[in-house]
Amino acid sequence: MAETNTQNAAQYNYDIVRKFTIMAIVWAVLGMGVGVWIASELAWPFLNFDLPGLTFGRFRPVHTTLVIFGFGGSALFATSYYVVQRTCQVRLYSDAMAKFTFWGWQIAVGLAAITYMMGYTQGREYAEMTWPIDLLIAVTWVAYFWIYVQTIRRRSQPHIYVANWFYIAFILATALLHIFNNWAAPVNLFSLTSYSFHAGVQDAMTQWWYGHNAVGFFLTAAFLGMMYYFVPKQAGRPVYSYRLSIIHFWALGFMYMWVGTHHLHWTAIPDWTSTLAATFSIMLLMPSWGGMINGIMTLSGAWDKLRTDPIMLFMITALSFYGMSTFEGPLMSLKSVNALSHYTDWTIGHVHSGALGWVALISFGSIYHLLPRLYDTKLYSLRLVYVHFWLATIGIVLYISAMWVAGIGQGLLLRAFDDYGNLAYTFVETVSFLHKPYVVRAIGGMFFVSGVIVMAYNIFMTIRQSKREQAEIEAKLAAKMA
Amino acid sequence: MFKHETVETNAGWLIILTLLAIGVGGLVEIVPLYMIDETVEKVEGVRPYTPLEQRGRDIYIREGCYTCHSQMIRPFRDEMMRYGHYSLAAESQYDHPFQWGSKRTGPDLARLGGKYSNEWHVQHLVAPRSVVPESIMPNYPWLLEDKLDISDISDRMKALKLVGVPYSETKAEFDANVEKFGKDVAEMLDINKATENLIAQAQSGNYDGNKSDITEMDALVAYLQVLGTMVDYSKYDEEYFVNFR
Repeated sequence: MAETNTQNAAQYNYDIVRKFTIMAIVWAVLGMGVGVWIASELAWPFLNFDLPGLTFGRFRPVHTTLVIFGFGGSALFATSYYVVQRTCQVRLYSDAMAKFTFWGWQIAVGLAAITYMMGYTQGREYAEMTWPIDLLIAVTWVAYFWIYVQTIRRRSQPHIYVANWFYIAFILATALLHIFNNWAAPVNLFSLTSYSFHAGVQDAMTQWWYGHNAVGFFLTAAFLGMMYYFVPKQAGRPVYSYRLSIIHFWALGFMYMWVGTHHLHWTAIPDWTSTLAATFSIMLLMPSWGGMINGIMTLSGAWDKLRTDPIMLFMITALSFYGMSTFEGPLMSLKSVNALSHYTDWTIGHVHSGALGWVALISFGSIYHLLPRLYDTKLYSLRLVYVHFWLATIGIVLYISAMWVAGIGQGLLLRAFDDYGNLAYTFVETVSFLHKPYVVRAIGGMFFVSGVIVMAYNIFMTIRQSKREQAEIEAKLAAKMA
Repeated sequence: MFKHETVETNAGWLIILTLLAIGVGGLVEIVPLYMIDETVEKVEGVRPYTPLEQRGRDIYIREGCYTCHSQMIRPFRDEMMRYGHYSLAAESQYDHPFQWGSKRTGPDLARLGGKYSNEWHVQHLVAPRSVVPESIMPNYPWLLEDKLDISDISDRMKALKLVGVPYSETKAEFDANVEKFGKDVAEMLDINKATENLIAQAQSGNYDGNKSDITEMDALVAYLQVLGTMVDYSKYDEEYFVNFR
């Protein structure tokens, strides 16, 4: 990629940020496309086509891995490398190591998708990668941590800006979770199969300690880091309350790690862990909303921007969805609610109000903010940003409403009794009931993916425009020199 | 006095304190599960999988069955009427990894064993809608065509032994298994006889209805037929399990 002729480009390593940004979009299109495909498989099962690699069971981890680690991960690498340089006012430590993290991460994500389709998996949700890929991720992650800390140590500012705290917590927590959850014995050195170190109840506990904190740190804390830099920047105002950011940082980091067991209510896990998790889940509402309030209130006094700036619209809507899903989460962690919601599509809907509403929208907003600065030009089209915004929002609303109907509906049907005390419905009757919500969900997904494709086009045109502008400047310069 | 400014200006403090904050929750919830004896119920009958069943379990994991099926019956009236006795921790004590699942797009499978005939399972796995018209499960025709890879069965059992499953390699380990599970089961857990045990079970069970080959279907159906059948609940008083929860 051509170096742009700005001072910033010389001072900072923007090349690595550009690379990760573009891959974030590539994985978004692929991962969300796979998401629409598997959603359609549930509505129209012929789409499995009797091809092993495309069947729901093998394809679903492809979707989750590409969106969480491909899209989400690349967006986090991109923004964290940008934010740490800008807030520390120093160039990123070691270009070579940064490049290593880029290739390490992209290869890990790509290999994961291919191996799942071939049938190699650990069978642990969101940690399906086989052991050699886990090792590659571990090495990449250590390099990431080292770059991040070394850059902070070289900062020319006395303070470490709040966004960096969140990114650091995310890097540390992800390392901890990844190492302990993936502890396993390979069948032999040439086999991709391994058996987890833990079994049964301990394995369940470890896996959901990992699973929920992949949400808590990968998909929340890190994206809060993103929020703490890009929302104030885009609004042109300082963070609403510095004190609030301190309190909710420590509270969030401490409390999240306790709540994983709410995925195991009423199972064979001892009740005490489950009760502890529910208690902390309720308390977690406070730091979560602390973050939301801090983000949204940053706009106080500049609310008019919502009328004129579609990027701000993305960010504030993201924070609203964050607030909504962090209210829904504690609600679902109550044992009585969970008895109905667990094992149903309500959970899937909840995840997506967080993943699409919060994670994806805040990333889109940040990338739209980032792009003109990375390529030293203007966005190709603000109107297309509006189009993307509405496609995304309509998609999310269709998706989560369909999943509420599917989840609560199925939960109620399964526990219904007739006048004689027998079960009122067979299981497969509830499956028939799911068909319509599944169709609506697939349509919602299609809306969302269309939005991402519009974004990809907008980005492509912006980069092309930047290259043309650069060429013109260079031509003028050359003419002057001649 | 310690000021927050110290953390904001010192990367070392920030890292140490963050690690402390995020470390506590996991420590408090995971470590005791290994230390507290009552975590796993003391019941008779639960044994490690035979080589054939374990290969079936590998295929269950390979195909991602857990993305739509749970193996964990909760202690509710509707679930116990639909699926049977609620699941015990003891029943998954040899499951590496656990497959409790998180979603029921299809029904729970924790007590599937013995509910349907082998023929039904084969037909259902090859073409689910031919037996359950409303089903949205994918077809798995290749299970019947693909021969089961049994070349690394002893490596697999050794790896499982390494993480704690009591398969036996030495005479002493074998004797311990005889003591614990009885002679017939202990024979099946002997790594030295893994291949012959696997072949013998597949041939005598004839799970896929085809005696000449050992297919992946043989292994998967053998696994599905053992799910939830190991504990004899008539031997226990209900109050007994409550003590463990």
